[in-house]
Amino acid sequence: MSDGQATSRRAFLKGTAAAAAGAAAAGAAKAAEGPDPLITEVQEWAQITGDGVDATPYGLPIEYEGDVIRRNVEWLTADTISSINFTPIHALDGTITPQGCAFERHHSGAIALRKEDYRLMINGLVDQPLVFTYEDLERFPRENHVYFCECAANTGMEWAGAQLNGAQFTHGMIHNMEYTGVPLRTLLAEAGVQTEGKWVFVEGADASSNGRSIPIDKALDDVLVAFKANGEALRKEHGYPVRLVVPGWEGNMWVKWLRRVEVMDGPVESREETSKYTDTLEDGTSRKWTWVMDAKSVITSPSPQSPITHGPGPLVITGLAWSGNGAITRVDVSTDGGMNWTQARLGAPGQKMALSRFYLEIDWDGSEMLLQSRAIDESGYVQPTKAQLREVRGLNSIYHNNCIQTWWVRETGEAENVEVS
Amino acid sequence: MSKSLKLFASAAAPATVVLVVAYNFADRNVTPMPPLPDRSEAIAAYTAPPPSPLMAAVATEGDPTGKFGLGRPAFPEEIAAWDIDVRPDGRGLPPGSGNAFDGESVFEDNCAICHGSFAEGVDNWPKLAGGEGSLADEDPLKTVGSYWPYTSTVWDYVNRSMPFGNAQSLTADEVYAITAYILYSNDLIEDDFELNQDNLASFELPNAGGFILDDRAETEYSIWTGEPCMENCKDNVEITMRARVLDVTPEEEGADETVEAPAEEPVEVAAAEPTETTTEMATTEATTVVAADPELVAAGEKVFKKCKACHKVGDGAKHGTGPHLNGIIGAAVGAKDFKYSKVLKGLAESGAVWDEPTLAAFLEDPKGFAKGTRMSFKGLKKAEDIAAVSAYLSTFTE
Repeated sequence: MSDGQATSRRAFLKGTAAAAAGAAAAGAAKAAEGPDPLITEVQEWAQITGDGVDATPYGLPIEYEGDVIRRNVEWLTADTISSINFTPIHALDGTITPQGCAFERHHSGAIALRKEDYRLMINGLVDQPLVFTYEDLERFPRENHVYFCECAANTGMEWAGAQLNGAQFTHGMIHNMEYTGVPLRTLLAEAGVQTEGKWVFVEGADASSNGRSIPIDKALDDVLVAFKANGEALRKEHGYPVRLVVPGWEGNMWVKWLRRVEVMDGPVESREETSKYTDTLEDGTSRKWTWVMDAKSVITSPSPQSPITHGPGPLVITGLAWSGNGAITRVDVSTDGGMNWTQARLGAPGQKMALSRFYLEIDWDGSEMLLQSRAIDESGYVQPTKAQLREVRGLNSIYHNNCIQTWWVRETGEAENVEVS
Repeated sequence: MSKSLKLFASAAAPATVVLVVAYNFADRNVTPMPPLPDRSEAIAAYTAPPPSPLMAAVATEGDPTGKFGLGRPAFPEEIAAWDIDVRPDGRGLPPGSGNAFDGESVFEDNCAICHGSFAEGVDNWPKLAGGEGSLADEDPLKTVGSYWPYTSTVWDYVNRSMPFGNAQSLTADEVYAITAYILYSNDLIEDDFELNQDNLASFELPNAGGFILDDRAETEYSIWTGEPCMENCKDNVEITMRARVLDVTPEEEGADETVEAPAEEPVEVAAAEPTETTTEMATTEATTVVAADPELVAAGEKVFKKCKACHKVGDGAKHGTGPHLNGIIGAAVGAKDFKYSKVLKGLAESGAVWDEPTLAAFLEDPKGFAKGTRMSFKGLKKAEDIAAVSAYLSTFTE
């Protein structure tokens, strides 16, 4: 890890130097000072052989990408066992998050639970309480869906003001994977939900035994009991062997190591749905059951950890957009702090409750920019500014901060997290 | 077995030839690909195949059960073991009782190391008491007394998730007593008030009425919907706050901005002394470090899982809820820069050393050995577990 940090700092310092040199020669493809030895001289890798097929039975990214890793903000929590880290979104592209760098949130650490030891119980207001093994789950009809999972606290540290300098830290409590699993409604039907059943309580097998109440309509709609992500088994830190997927809703409800689903006539009002994951307004009253993650976007590059290193000329501005209320239909980008906006290009048509990648290619003149992005979803909802959010909610919220983010890009290509008027 | 092996071998040879041919073909045949056929019509014409017979049977009313017949009925004992949730109306509470007077010592033993003796919180760990009337302040203090809406939630959470690192180890009476102590710490009950399964739900917390249901659809969505402004949306733009001024981002970004914390003292790894007569030394010199049995060390690593919520070991280990344990075997008691309990400070003054017998006595019965220790751990019952964890710890030097 320390190697990775060193690499990224070196890369940054080198980058600024290159940007300064490049600033003089903007515009058309520029002439090099002389032939490039990387081309004119036979390189080692073009002469000797590389690794054989079994060098890495399960591959990791090449060492040169060693700084593209999850990172933790130590001062946030008392102990890494009950903590969160952040996806390096500043260094990724496309929309799928590799499991190995997808953010983690545990309340009592990531446990190692074997498939053979896995049990899922369905009980409560059902005709027949049931126990499933992992093997049982594999015998139900399966579905594949791509969904984002965002912690409700993503961007939470930014409520009171610009605080963390990097898209990874301001917006990295999110990942987006293709899940394979069985719809929860299939399992509930197997047990037979009784008419008084209005909620389900879902619970994990780890020591935190995280439990959340979900209305039965959602449970019977698109909630998935997932055992694969991006084609392979869930990683330990993402709930191996089985986690719940609750599309569009806050990550805390996506219970990992899912062990029990109880059909109930009302919510449990567990610790995670009362003392946490509730949103205190200016007058001291608090909203509860704020499950949906509203439309949001962020520019991932350029950004503080991904500065412009090539000087003026063609520049790709890119970022991510998502909405818990459906598909992203449009993203606008501003380079002047929100005075004027240009519609960006979506990498692919938006999918419901999944990340969308957007691009805006510009000819950068090398002057300062205040970069912002603004997501619009299929309901017509437009991502608000921080001022708009504060006007309704005040300053005491932690969760559900989906405000427009501003990066101040300097002439050097360096970028900083700022707030603007 | 040998037959199948032969079969495989004879089949493998021609397969290799085919593979080579195919490879050569692929490598050499680099003529341009014909343009891809337009498949849009085919895609538009695609209709999903009918469901499989099993799915169809389940989906139609023709199947009387509408089920796959997977899974098995849950036993009542299994449901009782896992279905422990407690509801605001008290449903789910087991019989039992406790008051704050009893709760104080249970809390001190199990909770105070993180939450403080008066539930006021230690370091970044949650504060459980205080903060009344602070919810509309700039920096509200959210505790059981000031924020939590239901007493049942306290009982449920303490019972299912606490103590951190030793969850579901408390008796029902202990959970009632801890709940009572937390209420008492918030000045909500007297210390002799007996909390039990019948009165817990009727005890209303001060902020029970402080919550409203999600109203974003009415208060926000209606305002933030519609065609947004695209040009000249504001007169001017000024930077009002910069993250760099606060500078709390973990990764340092410029060598000139932050002064690195001085590196810790170089770790001196005691090199194994060359021994001429190893066997003799091992038997005659008590101070010789005998390389720990790898199997015992491996067993100890497993046992240590019970400890690691609070104690760290290994390179760069820092203090957590408890002190880090690098170099603990043979070290003086209370020698690390840590907030020790009075009893450990006393042991330190008396010159006690964490040799294996002392550590074994402590681990077997922490509170019996050191009454008043803040280590909330019931102890290791098996002597072999103690020996194993001790061997594991001996592999970590300061």
